[in-house]
Amino acid sequence: MARKKKGIPELNSSSMSDISFLLLTFFLLTSSINTDKGIPRRLPPMNDKPQEEKIKIHENNIFTILVDRNDRLFFDNQIGDIALLKERAKEFLSNPQNLPNLPDKKEVDLPLIGKTMVSQGVISLQNDRGTSYDIYVKVQNELEAAINELRDEFAKKKFYRSYADCNNEQKSAVDKAVPSTISEAEPVKVGGNK
Amino acid sequence: MGKFTSKGGRSVPGMNTSSMSDIVFMFLFFFMVISNMRESTVLVKQKLPQASEIQKLEQKSLVSYIYIGEPASVADQKKYGTSTRIQLNDQIADLSDIAAFVEAERAQRNEADRALLTTTLKCDKDVKMGDVTDVKQELRKAGALRTMYAASKRVKNTY
Repeated sequence: MARKKKGIPELNSSSMSDISFLLLTFFLLTSSINTDKGIPRRLPPMNDKPQEEKIKIHENNIFTILVDRNDRLFFDNQIGDIALLKERAKEFLSNPQNLPNLPDKKEVDLPLIGKTMVSQGVISLQNDRGTSYDIYVKVQNELEAAINELRDEFAKKKFYRSYADCNNEQKSAVDKAVPSTISEAEPVKVGGNK
Repeated sequence: MGKFTSKGGRSVPGMNTSSMSDIVFMFLFFFMVISNMRESTVLVKQKLPQASEIQKLEQKSLVSYIYIGEPASVADQKKYGTSTRIQLNDQIADLSDIAAFVEAERAQRNEADRALLTTTLKCDKDVKMGDVTDVKQELRKAGALRTMYAASKRVKNTY
């Protein structure tokens, strides 16, 4: 008489998936996906002694952006708009036609690139105490975008690849050729109340 | 020809669900790895501004956070008022506490990492620059120069 072979009885694991779904939902609810993104900026070191002699910067080498307490923008004391800021900053920093009213350029010998003309322009950012943080970040973002695009164009011209595809040496060379020169004014209190 | 007719009534065979839990566990581990637990509850309003040129921070262990905004809950509003406040760690603090906070954050890291410590300013978009500037001045005094303005992603050229 052939007996049926006795196997191990199968474990009912249908509730296992319920348990693991429960765990999954718990982790989905309690955790937050990494949202640590932002615009990195380096603050200037604190100067203890007051600057007696101001470093003279020629007028054509400076581009002043003023944001007032009503979030209005002024480029070199003329009313401006956030949508135009990137193009203005790009034009100022690159000075493609070597116009005399835009920044001078200085020849610098850089590794990997060789002799190249580096703009001497400085973007000066001033804001009021009543300026909203939102517009401040927008302005910072547009300036960052302008510099990133200039670096990308430069990298494409010199290394035939986008800035993101360059290796670290090429990147630091491009950074020197297209420097990020944003200076923030020391806070001054403009107007009476906060 | 009774050979081909089944004896019992036709029934749907039970589906084998043993691999289902494997898949769900795989999901679970995936989410556990990519996410991080909330370290401190944010007591101030947090609606981050949007920016397109944002960068990711490489090392999470080298970041300290300063939250700036109006107190969010009604209880905190009664206690601290509705004007903009600063949150350090788990409590609402004053400007003068920032120096001690920076020191404490530095002390937690080892010698080599201290120079790389980044302070992320998580500010509500309605905050006025005066409050942010005050915090930045305190950070400059404390020598914590690497900062980051936290922002959420938006598409380029939209305002």
